[in-house]
Amino acid sequence: MVKQSNNRLNSVAAFEALRKSIIAKRNPSQTCLVVCGGTGCLALGAADVITAFKQEIEKGRLESKVSLRVTGCPGFCERGPLVVVKPENILYQQVRGEDAAEIVSATVKGSIVDRLLYVDPDTGKKTTYESDVPFYKKQKRLLLGNNSNIAPTLIEDYLAIGGYAALAKALSSMTPEAVIEEVKKAGLRGRGGGGFPTGTKWETCRNTEGDTRYIICNCDEGDPGAFMDRSLMEGNPHSVLEGMVIGAYAIGGHQGYIYVRNEYPLAVKNAHIAIEQAEKLGLLGKNILGSGFDFSVKISRGGGAFVCGESTALMASLEGKVGEPRAKYVHTSEKGLWEQPTNLNNVETWANVPLIIKNGADWYGKIGSQGSKGTKIFSLVGKINNTGLIEVPMGVALKDIIYGIGGGIPEGKKFKAVQTGGPSGGCIPESLLNLPVDFDELDKAGSMMGSGGMIIMDENTCMVDIAKYFVNFLEGESCGKCLPCREGLKRMSQILTDITEGRGKEGDIELLERLSATLIDTSLCALGSTAPNPVLTTLRYFRDEYEAHIKDKRCPAGVCKALVTYSIDEEKCPGCGLCVKACPSEAITDMGKKKPVVLDQEKCIKCGACYDVCKLGAIIRK
Amino acid sequence: MVKLTINGQKVQAEEGTTILEAARENNIYIPSLCHHEEVTPYGACRLCLVEVTKNGRERLVASCLYEVAEGLKVKTDSERIATNRKMLMELLLARCPNNKAVQDLAHKLGVEKTSFKLDDDDCMLCALCIRVCQEVVGVSAISLVNRGVDRALATPFFEPSSVCIGCGSCAYVCPVDAIRFEDIGDTRHIYWPDNDMEFKLKKCKTCSRYWAPQAQLDYIIKKAGLAPDAFDNCPDCRD
Ligand SMILES: Cc1cc2nc3c(=O)[nH]c(=O)nc-3n(C[C@H](O)[C@H](O)[C@H](O)COP(=O)(O)O)c2cc1C
Ligand code: SF4
Ligand code: FES
Ligand code: FES
Repeated sequence: MVKQSNNRLNSVAAFEALRKSIIAKRNPSQTCLVVCGGTGCLALGAADVITAFKQEIEKGRLESKVSLRVTGCPGFCERGPLVVVKPENILYQQVRGEDAAEIVSATVKGSIVDRLLYVDPDTGKKTTYESDVPFYKKQKRLLLGNNSNIAPTLIEDYLAIGGYAALAKALSSMTPEAVIEEVKKAGLRGRGGGGFPTGTKWETCRNTEGDTRYIICNCDEGDPGAFMDRSLMEGNPHSVLEGMVIGAYAIGGHQGYIYVRNEYPLAVKNAHIAIEQAEKLGLLGKNILGSGFDFSVKISRGGGAFVCGESTALMASLEGKVGEPRAKYVHTSEKGLWEQPTNLNNVETWANVPLIIKNGADWYGKIGSQGSKGTKIFSLVGKINNTGLIEVPMGVALKDIIYGIGGGIPEGKKFKAVQTGGPSGGCIPESLLNLPVDFDELDKAGSMMGSGGMIIMDENTCMVDIAKYFVNFLEGESCGKCLPCREGLKRMSQILTDITEGRGKEGDIELLERLSATLIDTSLCALGSTAPNPVLTTLRYFRDEYEAHIKDKRCPAGVCKALVTYSIDEEKCPGCGLCVKACPSEAITDMGKKKPVVLDQEKCIKCGACYDVCKLGAIIRK
Repeated sequence: MVKLTINGQKVQAEEGTTILEAARENNIYIPSLCHHEEVTPYGACRLCLVEVTKNGRERLVASCLYEVAEGLKVKTDSERIATNRKMLMELLLARCPNNKAVQDLAHKLGVEKTSFKLDDDDCMLCALCIRVCQEVVGVSAISLVNRGVDRALATPFFEPSSVCIGCGSCAYVCPVDAIRFEDIGDTRHIYWPDNDMEFKLKKCKTCSRYWAPQAQLDYIIKKAGLAPDAFDNCPDCRD
């Protein structure tokens, strides 16, 4: 424990002294078992692993030799529960409670548990060290990498890896203007969706007169399948907090809020603990590090509506009002929370700030692409071998993410599209796999960065069906205030449903396009104005699929049940009866050995079970 | 005063006024449905959209919310505005195909039919009634419940409201007559789209006419600090 825990640090010198004393007490060659306690690994049984390790260490009286650290998510959730043995960084994957004894005894002996190593599916070879796993090798984990180096609830861990040094630097040697200048020069852009230049936003807020100024962290993260903000807040809350204090100093704000969704209990808990710890040490609260600067942070829990992630709705919700957007003709940086100048940034944006201040804008500016600097965290989900969280420099090619890091498409299937930018992002086709992933290139492709969701789709995906899925999601999440979004999404959903159910008619595509144009032009907030993206991008890249549904009443991917029929290719069918067993609807009849089976169209529910089970290609799907 | 141009015409307006107000002062027509000068602008129907050019950038804004600024160039009609307004009207017409006021406005904007499936609503969720109830009457008896496509206008939980005074302001202000009220005998009925309520009317001591909801009169007496018998007679029988 930190000795001075009752004493607030009252100078940068005292802060430096504390850090030195923490580091001095640590042994860098100490063996440490790092277990991921992230949500993914917990779901896969990490709690058992943690308990088992504790027992093993206690049983063997190994406390002085082997320590245990439970951390946030390092990203490779696909292979969880994950255990890393430090300092060597040996990676064990899919570890279970039963494996604990073997790992502990091998670790003490200095040997390796071979059977728990990761096997590279491409080479068939085992990899011992974390950094050799292809999933990690091609990443640049400036933010996420630290998740394995700290226990989220121990501020000492964060201090030991250089935490709060950026804050100390800013407070002791930089004016607020210089901090803003540095962030501007670094080229940091908001990670919450729009990619707005962060320094410019801070400057506007700073230059606006007000009774006070508010600083907010947006941890609403409502996109389905996204969990990057959650993982940062759970795994390294101090990095977010440090960014906020630096921002508050630069902007001249004294009260901050972390708006976090209630479905993230661990993020809420860890943020609470972090705030308490930082206050105790004088890194938050009155007279931070003796600088005379005051800043406190409160946590506000959101009810979980997607639209509450939108800046004006979020602020309404923070004020205790209904979380509905308002027109932003006056920016929130001028008139936001309680009508005061307010600066809102995303979790990941805040977490980038200490990096920039500590290492300098020049260093930061070397990472990433021309217009998008630094790294970006993505959640890689869908039809991809390595599901998980990844962090890459901006500008990396899509195919490097999907094949290099993601390990390609499962079951050897063909890649079809990737949806980026969350529900109101767009679908990018195979022909654009070389696209460098940054704010501007994604925009040009008709999609967007959004907060960093990436959903991979394979050849068995129907793009009209996908567009319908996202439109339905947005229809359910629209606040309903403005006419174009509320009524427009309802109609869009109706038209898409008709198309996928065989009732599409000539003119539907044009109507979708006209409707989209009006949503973009007239919606009150960005939920409505970006909602047509899934429709417009699928129309742009997969128009033929729409046409097949409408004109030929055919679903090329065989997904839309109303447009698919299954039949038996009598030439190929030897009557093995596998499909008869697979059919849940008793629609297929066995006609005896060597005779083709018979499929009753009346009874067929078009589930495709026969198609999946037949290895001889005797089921025809049309 | 700030100077701006609307459709090329030079116009002056008080600082803080909206484009819609400035246009109306100068007899320039901008369609609107959810705007009313007595209540806070809301920006939901989007029919009032106009094109503004500021610092060389052109964008569509809701004129009921956007404030005038020095040198602002405003267009209230253009191809882009007209196309969007027509689409908005088509959406509205699909929601309220049988509503006279909606049909009339559609006709005025050149929309005779809609490309979408027909529903049969009257309320278009402009929230004027709610704002009037809250801001003018000071009661907040009704609100918009649910989100998105399920949004509806109602009293809390669709139950009779304990605070509604039956004044009928919501019905008066509704631009599409989606709220109705009628007085039958000693009872006033208010019909919102999804629920309704009844109110006892007060009888005039002199002419015996039922002339106003008791609850409304009680509310005024309390709010204005009047004598308990202030409304014993109807306005006609008061001296
Ligand atoms: C419908 C909608 C949902 C949003 N949800 C989020 C969210 O969950 N998290 C977030 O950081 N930003 C979200 N945003 C973007 C925010 O409005 C805002 O731009 C962002 O938080 C600003 O931070 P940044 O500049 O650091 O990106 C959302 C925007 C819209 C329109
Ligand atoms: S665009 Fe959609 S979410 Fe945004 S204000 Fe309009 S109805 Fe609400
Ligand atoms: S939760 Fe353990 S790796 Fe993501
Ligand atoms: S009148 Fe302006 S949005 Fe309705």
